Parts: sequence; C-alpha cells; structure tokens
Amino acid sequence: MTPTVPESLSPTLESLWQKNQSDLADAPAWWQKRKTAEWEKFQSLPMPSRTDEDWRFARINSLKFDGYSEPQPIDDEGKRLLEERSLLPTEVAGVFIFVNDQLVSFQAVDPELAEKGVVWKPLSLAVKENSELLEKHFMSQPIELGSEKFSAMHGALCREGSLLHVPKGVEIDKPFVAYHWVSGENASVFPHTLLIADEMAKVTLVDYFCSDHADSRNLAIGVNDLYAGQGAKVTYLSAQNWSLNSMAFHLNSTQAFRDAFITSLNLHLGGNLARTESHSQILGENAHTEMLSLTVANGEQQFDQRTLQTHYKGHSVSDLLYKNALFDNGRTIFSGLIRVVEEAQQTDAYQTNRNLLLDPTAEANALPGLEILANDVKCSHGATTGQIDEEQLYYLLARGIPRKEAYKLLTYGFFEEVLEKLTNSEIQEHFRDLIRAKFKDS
Amino acid sequence: MSTLEIKNLNVTVAETQILRDFSLTLPKGEVHAIMGPNGTGKSTLAKALAGHPDYEITSGEVLLDGEDILELEVDERARAGLFMAFQYPSEIPGVSIANFLRAARQARLGEDEELEVTKFYKEMYEKMDALQIDRKFTSRAVNDGFSGGEKKRNEILQMAMLEPKYAIMDETDSGLDIDALRIVSEGVNKLKGPQMGVLLITHYQRILNYITPDKVHVMFDGRIVKSGGKELALELEDKGYDWIKEEVAQLA
Repeated sequence: MTPTVPESLSPTLESLWQKNQSDLADAPAWWQKRKTAEWEKFQSLPMPSRTDEDWRFARINSLKFDGYSEPQPIDDEGKRLLEERSLLPTEVAGVFIFVNDQLVSFQAVDPELAEKGVVWKPLSLAVKENSELLEKHFMSQPIELGSEKFSAMHGALCREGSLLHVPKGVEIDKPFVAYHWVSGENASVFPHTLLIADEMAKVTLVDYFCSDHADSRNLAIGVNDLYAGQGAKVTYLSAQNWSLNSMAFHLNSTQAFRDAFITSLNLHLGGNLARTESHSQILGENAHTEMLSLTVANGEQQFDQRTLQTHYKGHSVSDLLYKNALFDNGRTIFSGLIRVVEEAQQTDAYQTNRNLLLDPTAEANALPGLEILANDVKCSHGATTGQIDEEQLYYLLARGIPRKEAYKLLTYGFFEEVLEKLTNSEIQEHFRDLIRAKFKDS
Repeated sequence: MSTLEIKNLNVTVAETQILRDFSLTLPKGEVHAIMGPNGTGKSTLAKALAGHPDYEITSGEVLLDGEDILELEVDERARAGLFMAFQYPSEIPGVSIANFLRAARQARLGEDEELEVTKFYKEMYEKMDALQIDRKFTSRAVNDGFSGGEKKRNEILQMAMLEPKYAIMDETDSGLDIDALRIVSEGVNKLKGPQMGVLLITHYQRILNYITPDKVHVMFDGRIVKSGGKELALELEDKGYDWIKEEVAQLA
C-alpha cells in the first residue's frame, strides 16, 4: 500500500514554507493568518487516492514532490534573456514578467487608466496596497474538483502573481500580459492570477507559463481566479508551455454574474504531468461563459483535465469545448460535469470533448457528465475520440505532403475551430507558433 | 523517355478486377482524353495511378519518365511529378489553402531548404490572377463549404502551383455548370504546354469543346478499346457508346 503522504513530501515543502514565512513578516495580519491556515489545510488533507472519483484514470503514483526546491536567484543577464523571450503583442495595456515568482520587468498601466481606478499590480505589492480587495477575493472561490490539497499548497506557498482590477464601466481593448517563467533544475513556482472585472468592465488578460530550460525538472502550482461582475466582458487566455519534465497544476475558477460574458482559452503544451481544473460558476441570469482548451499530448505526457460548469442561476449559457491531439504515448483524461441547480431554469449548457488520436499508442479517456435538477433546460454533452480522416490524409499525401507533415497540418486544422475565436490576431498567431514549435522540437 | 507509360496494368478493388491489362503512353506536352461509359474503370485508373490504398495493383508497370512509380508511396509519386485533380476533392476544415500549398511546396524542397514565403505568395497571387481566382480564396479552408465549381478551381490552382509533369484529371467536368466548366477549361489550357502531359478522364464530350485533345481513347471493360484523334470524341457524342460495345463484342 502507498502511504497517504509520501515521506519525501514534507521536508522539501517544509523548507519552502519556512522561506515563505520569512517573507511574511511585514505583511498584513490577515495575509499571515490566511497563509498559515492554507499551510495547515495542506498538511491535514490527504493525498489523492486511487478510489477518488476526481482522480479516476490519473496516475496517482506520479504525484511525487520530492527534490523540488526554492528557486535560485537569477542573474541580470539571465533576466534579460528571459525578457527577450517574452514575446508581446504590439499593443498592451500592461505587462508583468515574473521569473521564479519574482517580478523582473513590468509595464505599468496607462496613467489614464490608473486614474480611472484600474489596478495592475504584482501580488506582493497588492497585499500591502490593496489589502482589502485581496482579503475579499484571494483564494475565495470554492475548489471542488479534487485538488483541494494542492490548492492549499498554492495558497500557502504563493508569493507572486498578478492582480488586475477593472472598475465599473471601464473598457480596455488592449490585453494585459503576464509571463511566468521558471528557471533552474528542481525549481518550483506558484503563480497566482486574480482578475476582478466590475460591473460593465471589459478586459483581456493573457498568462504565459514557460520554463527557461526545455529539459529542467520543475513544479508549478498555479491558481487563477476570475470575477466578471454584472455585464462585464472578460477574456482570459493562457498558454502553458512548461518543460516536458515538469509537474504542473493549474486551478481555474470563474464567477460570472448577471449579463457577464467570459471567454477563456487555455493552451496546454508542456509538462510531464499536467492537471487542469476549471470551474465555471454562473451566479446571475443571462450570463455566458465559454470554456475553451487545446492540448497537444506527445511523448510520455499526461494531461488531466477536470471541469465543472455550475449553473446556480437560470437563463444563462455555458459552453465548453476541449480539443486534444494525442501522439506517441500521450495520454489525456477529460472529466467534465454540468451541474444545474433546481432553480436554474432555462439554462443552456454544453460540453464537448474531442480527441484526435494520431498514434495507436496514445490514449484518451473521457468522462462527460450531467447533473441536472432543473426541468426546463437545454444541456448536451459529448465526447468523441477518433483518428485522422483517411480521405483527408490521402488528399494531403496526393499533393506530395509527407505523412508526418500531413498529420501536423491536420492537427493545426483540428485546433483552428478554437483558435479562430481569438480576436487579437497577434496573440492568435503567437498561440499557433507555440503549437508549431512543439512539433518542431519533437 | 518523357512519357507517362502505363503497361499492362491490372487493378482490383475489393477483390473485383477492374483494370485489365490497361496500357497507354502519354507523351509530355500532349493532352489525351479517356472517355467511356460509366463503370468501365476510368476513375479506377486515376486512383490507382495516384496510389489510393483501396486500389490494389496486381500486375503491370507505370513509368514516369522512365522511373517505375508503383513502388512509391502516394506522397512520393506526387513529388515525382504526378498530379491528380480529384473528382470529389476532400474538405479539410481549419487548413487554409495558403498553408496547404505552402506545405506541398515545402515538401518539394531539400531537407535544409526553407520555402521563401514572400516569393511563394507573390507567385501564388500571380497564378491566381492569371486563373481569375479571387485572392481571398487562399485564406479559406481547403474545400470547406466550397461549391462544386470552387472545388474544381482549387484543384486547378494546386496544379498551377505544383507544376506537375503529368496531370490526371478525373472527371473534372462532372457536376459543373457551363460557366464553371469554361473557367476550369481555360485554366487547363493556360497550364498545358511542353512541360506537362494531361490525361483528361471524362464521361462527356462537352469539356472537349473547350480543351482540344491530341488523342482520344475509348475505355471499355477495364482497357482501351479504341483510340483516335479529337474527331473520335465527336463521333461518340453523335452515336453514343453502343457501337463501340458492339465492335468489342464482335472482336471477342
């Protein structure tokens, strides 16, 4: 029998926690208290077990936390190089470049927007300067998809990230962009993103997660919480490109209030073991959330995707589309649930998972689910797993395109349905480039 | 040696023999039409030449400028200079015509060679202009939601961009209205020349009003039973295929 908590777990993380605590000295009392509570929670919660429904099909044995350490400081030259590698769209509303959970470069928000009350701050500063806002929103969304323990670990160990607050009626078309780099063997990071869009605000935020070295072993546990107030329009995009030797958790929660419109698109390319949990909560009528995801799993990669669309209020729409392309021994698990409470009548909720198997050795698992207590709803869920269409392949071959290239083209084509929803063409092209780069490297 | 030479080709589909000792020599620079009633194996010939996996070649040879291409994979045959304009081109959602053509052109370069993108686009736009194809066409996904005429025009554009040594046009005229037929034919006329041989497979004579063949072959029961000049097509138009069938029956 595997012990519930591996013995190797504590010492490494203990030292991370101690380091973290020493940073807390001049932080507000609530923050110290919250972090300590998260640490205690992390320690008290058991590791996931094979019998947990939330961890079905997951390789529990691969969850090993031994050897990860406090990242080493990075020199100025190293910082400069990473800054150069942080590609940005021509027009941005604000930029953060974090390396090992430290802010190394930023572009502050326009004074004009700052005057309107827009807050774009690194978490470490926001804790002191926007304490009230953070106290209300930091880690306050429920974690219900199985990673309660890892969420608590993030809560305790996270030190840096982005706070973006857009006040009532402020509309910003240019995107905010944050790069989260990890550098060094065994380095661990805990990036945090908190986006609060008040009533009728409009905002776009893009998170890039990347490793300095393609083959370093890293641990990343990120949490990202979005709030879309009444009538707010929020677009959240992320590109996860950690090294192939990394273990990553990304826990996303979204709250959509009345008339809010949220689009989220997560691109998953990196990690040896990458788990994503996305919970979209409809808390008002006439809200609309779109949950999009694209994943390329190859080599020995495993992507574990758990989603929940909860409709607490009726007359709203949630629409999920997760597309996975699998090569080699790549493995994906999609487990999604639509939950509609009794009073959420006239709900439209859709959930689609499409898996494209490009090698017979790849494995896609799909567990779509519905839990509907209201009686007047439109809900559908579906999962398909298929191979390349032979006639399409033949057509490409007949034009002289080699088989391997044809597979790539068809994979890009498979993803385009989702990518074409992006309205910023530079980010769209950058996401395409990241996908293409993954094929170039493999 | 500048010929596409098909020698005694026997092809079966799902264990039924369709082509029987089919032989034909197409010199570069010529246009040959293959005509014949339905079910005589015209499309089987096209698909077998292009290497479709459902078509099994049991014996025979196909020499492209002297090189036996039957041992080659589908994509290798295409790179060797064989082009097939499909009767029913596949729809490929999400892959733009420009990216598709880029990949096809890239595949024709050496391993360390990178396609010059600016030159590529310039050439593509020139060819599109010459073929009277709207430049916006290239950002659309390959054949996705295209009309019959648009699909065939896309085939012609690909042919223009890939500059094959031999092109096989599999019933390119089927399902086209007269305007589309004219546009497609004009495209073929612009592209044909001393560097390319064209095998035009058709059920109807009408495309031959627009494209003048050097030779017309009549196919029946898996082989060529009669060959002649362009006037043979008119004779077929006039008299139908029955007299050919009778001739064949008498010979048997």
